[in-house]
Amino acid sequence: MASTAIPRLTSPLPIKGAARRIHVTINEVDFDMAVEDRTLLVHFLRDVLGLTGTHIGCDTTHCGACTVLLDGKPVKSCTVLAVQVDGRKIRTVEGLETGGKLHPVQDGFAAEHGLQCGFCTPGMMMTAVALLAKNPNPSEDEIRRAISGNLCRCTGYMNIVKAIQHAAKTQGGKS
Amino acid sequence: MSATVHGGIGQSLGRKEDARFIRGKGNYVDDIQLPGMLYLDFTRSPYAHAKITGIHPENALKIPGVLAVVTGKDLDAAKLAWMPTLMSDTQMVLPIDTVKFQGQEVVAVVAENRYAAADGAAAVDIDYDPLPVVTDPVKALQPDSPLVRPDKEKKSNHIWHWETGDKAGTDDLLKKSEVVVHQDLYIPRINVSSIETCGCVAQFDAMGRLTVWMTTQAPHAIRTVFALVAGLPEQSIRIISPDIGGGFGGKVPVYPGYVVAVVAALKTGHPVKWVETRMNNLMSSSFARDYHISADIGCTKDGKLTALKVKTIADHGYADAAANPSKFPAGLFHIITGSYPFQKAFVEVDGVYTNKPPGGIAYRCSFRVTEAAYSIERLIDEIARKVGMDPAEFRMKNFIPPEAFPFQSALGWTYDSGNYAGALKLAMKMIDYPALRREQAERRKKGEFMGIGISSFTEIVGAGPSHTFDILGIKMFESCEIRIHPTGKVMARFGTKAQGQGHETTYSQILATELGIPAENISIEEGDTDTAPYGLGTYASRSTPTAGAAAAVAARKIREKAQKIAAHLLEVSPDDIEWKDYKFQVKGVPEKSKTMADVAFAAYTNPAPGVEPGLEAVDYYDPPNMTYPFGSYICVVDIDKGTGQVKVRRFVAVDDCGTIINPMIVDGQIHGGLNMGLAPALYEQITYDENGNIRGNSFLDYLVPTSMESPHWETGKTTTPSPHHPIGAKGVGESPTVGAPAAIVNAVIDALSPLGVTNIDIPIYPWKVWQVLHDKGVT
Repeated sequence: MASTAIPRLTSPLPIKGAARRIHVTINEVDFDMAVEDRTLLVHFLRDVLGLTGTHIGCDTTHCGACTVLLDGKPVKSCTVLAVQVDGRKIRTVEGLETGGKLHPVQDGFAAEHGLQCGFCTPGMMMTAVALLAKNPNPSEDEIRRAISGNLCRCTGYMNIVKAIQHAAKTQGGKS
Repeated sequence: MSATVHGGIGQSLGRKEDARFIRGKGNYVDDIQLPGMLYLDFTRSPYAHAKITGIHPENALKIPGVLAVVTGKDLDAAKLAWMPTLMSDTQMVLPIDTVKFQGQEVVAVVAENRYAAADGAAAVDIDYDPLPVVTDPVKALQPDSPLVRPDKEKKSNHIWHWETGDKAGTDDLLKKSEVVVHQDLYIPRINVSSIETCGCVAQFDAMGRLTVWMTTQAPHAIRTVFALVAGLPEQSIRIISPDIGGGFGGKVPVYPGYVVAVVAALKTGHPVKWVETRMNNLMSSSFARDYHISADIGCTKDGKLTALKVKTIADHGYADAAANPSKFPAGLFHIITGSYPFQKAFVEVDGVYTNKPPGGIAYRCSFRVTEAAYSIERLIDEIARKVGMDPAEFRMKNFIPPEAFPFQSALGWTYDSGNYAGALKLAMKMIDYPALRREQAERRKKGEFMGIGISSFTEIVGAGPSHTFDILGIKMFESCEIRIHPTGKVMARFGTKAQGQGHETTYSQILATELGIPAENISIEEGDTDTAPYGLGTYASRSTPTAGAAAAVAARKIREKAQKIAAHLLEVSPDDIEWKDYKFQVKGVPEKSKTMADVAFAAYTNPAPGVEPGLEAVDYYDPPNMTYPFGSYICVVDIDKGTGQVKVRRFVAVDDCGTIINPMIVDGQIHGGLNMGLAPALYEQITYDENGNIRGNSFLDYLVPTSMESPHWETGKTTTPSPHHPIGAKGVGESPTVGAPAAIVNAVIDALSPLGVTNIDIPIYPWKVWQVLHDKGVT
């Protein structure tokens, strides 16, 4: 069971324009909610559900701070509409820790100093989780390629690469 | 074996901050949600210079959810349309009648949610009458230039002239020098682009007390500025700097959004949030550099440096909103004599207004040290080439020797400590410099372009001593307050504010060593002006040199009092007690001892007679001098002849930041700083066309390096402690940003030097290199 923050019940994005109901599973919890057509997934997660671990860095799909997994694939939630995720599964940084146990990628980032200000970190980790699911033993070049859509201003990427290698090792080559 | 304390100085302690960040539980400004909170957005100017002839908010106010608009005229009624900058200039909060740059905030729209606010901002109609534009600071100095600031008494775009050094002596010595190199260098306008943009949430409570959660690196200074500008009593203002998603100097200034959010909160009675989009940030917040440099450097024919003369035009945009110490409008640019004992030097800088947003602020280096280090290290390579010496040999011949410290530079700085040859020797060994030169000779024979670049920089950080450093009159001290609780657990608060540097970890480590209390029993708090002691904040690599020193001194004050309590517990005179192995021991009787935790408990339950109960101390640390970190970097590049692309093959960085508190964090700081040195060398620049249109207001056009551009950094260390810092530490966060660009550019020019190339202005885009190769008939 995912240890998800209890979602906020009142929405700061009042439904004033055209709206529709969506059914979406977020970190293994089902939600059935009305959203305005134009609401971005990232605002739905942050402002409506209070899942503020997913960050906004650029609103143009360049920085990757808002990366979440949509049916297991990393997407930039600043350019996905909430209505597009109807019937689908989302995983955010809040869903990485399960049963009080950190995900190996979270352990890797802490162990290898793969983060500094922490702002790009959730998106970076979600991209890493998706990479390791597909490729349990990536080379440095494969890691660099996989995270090239996630900008980090603090780390110079070196320790992020090490963090993902660390996670690959602790996962024992299993996704 | 000597005693240790867990998490003390020198250990690669895992970061305390990470527990929340890896869970997505950081608390950044945009994460803050308050009941009834409104959102603020801005209608921005499409013109770089224009008269506002009409503002029509009616269509905006018809949009459901839009509640109010705020214009410059509204602010003017409360005398808030203009605000002072930290450099005693003025800048607009919102314009009353004229806009000065494209993207300038013109009308604020307040709405129930961020979508309605954005809709409202798009629906405000504004009539403009375009005015002539000037974006080139050289043209701005010509008499027929459009005037950017007619509000100023001086009817010219020239803001200030600043100079230091011996002009006549330098001219004379250059004339006598056997070898002189003249070089023009442009250091373009760039943006720090921390991944979190700027923002705030402003709230007034029923008592009229203002709380602002703000992306600020200097919460106390902001509180004072707000008190002075808005006339609010300072005790009624609380600035809280929550977690900050990167600062790099871009979160030091006061931006119009902060001020308007406060006004909107007052006007509506609701909390108001303002958060920039990336495009807003790239158009209007915090630009660095924009220095047009013209330099002459001289030496003898056998390569001994003599004199340095530098003339610079500084493009500040429409306001000088930099955050330099007040006495230094060009920051610490006069560190430009670098690692070398010039006999004479002279520097002059002229600040100029143009129709661009305020510039000259910071890019992981607040005080123009990068501009200085880049210039001198580029010049050293060019003059070494002219005398026909290897650039490493030339540097070795000219370095200030270790025995010359403390060293008085030609422009008046007193360098605390250094071993420049030691750092370069280690870098050359790590990269096997002779082998690289042999490989280069081989490749040159085959017509390949491989380059090796060196940069042996000297930094100046830790502002600063009160006799020289202040901002708006406030001396640049820093503070630490320590409270030891009865159970021996510690809460320490600081006037600084981390933005990723890991202060919660490193300050704990300093206190662990000084107090003999394990780091996990020490909590660190920063950023809340209601609870933290006054300090000037975190920028310019000042936290360890100033607040780190305050931590050590405050801890020593605690030890002094604790010694009396320990003596009372051990029933001896305080003079018979010594602090050894992290305990108070009776001299010569090590088995008779008390820990700091024992003493803390006694301080509340059994205080010594005549000793005040409790165990607390505060220190406001006024550093006696700046600290001068240094390093030597060597970069190897390969150039693709067909495309002009520069590939950084290797980059070795040897840094010396004195005593290292946490080697893991220092390495992380260096990796990140190197990446922000690579960025302006090869990728980043904000340009404007002649109408003042910004070309580069998204990450599509403004090329922040990704994991693909950033090379595998190799780091090395030497340790030369600062003699005046309580634990011998110096700053480190900026050093790599300061030192790296010259190493990369020197490598590119070294590769192309057989073609007679002596400079390519940064950023060295592939097209610029291709053009050179094409012009020389290579491609």
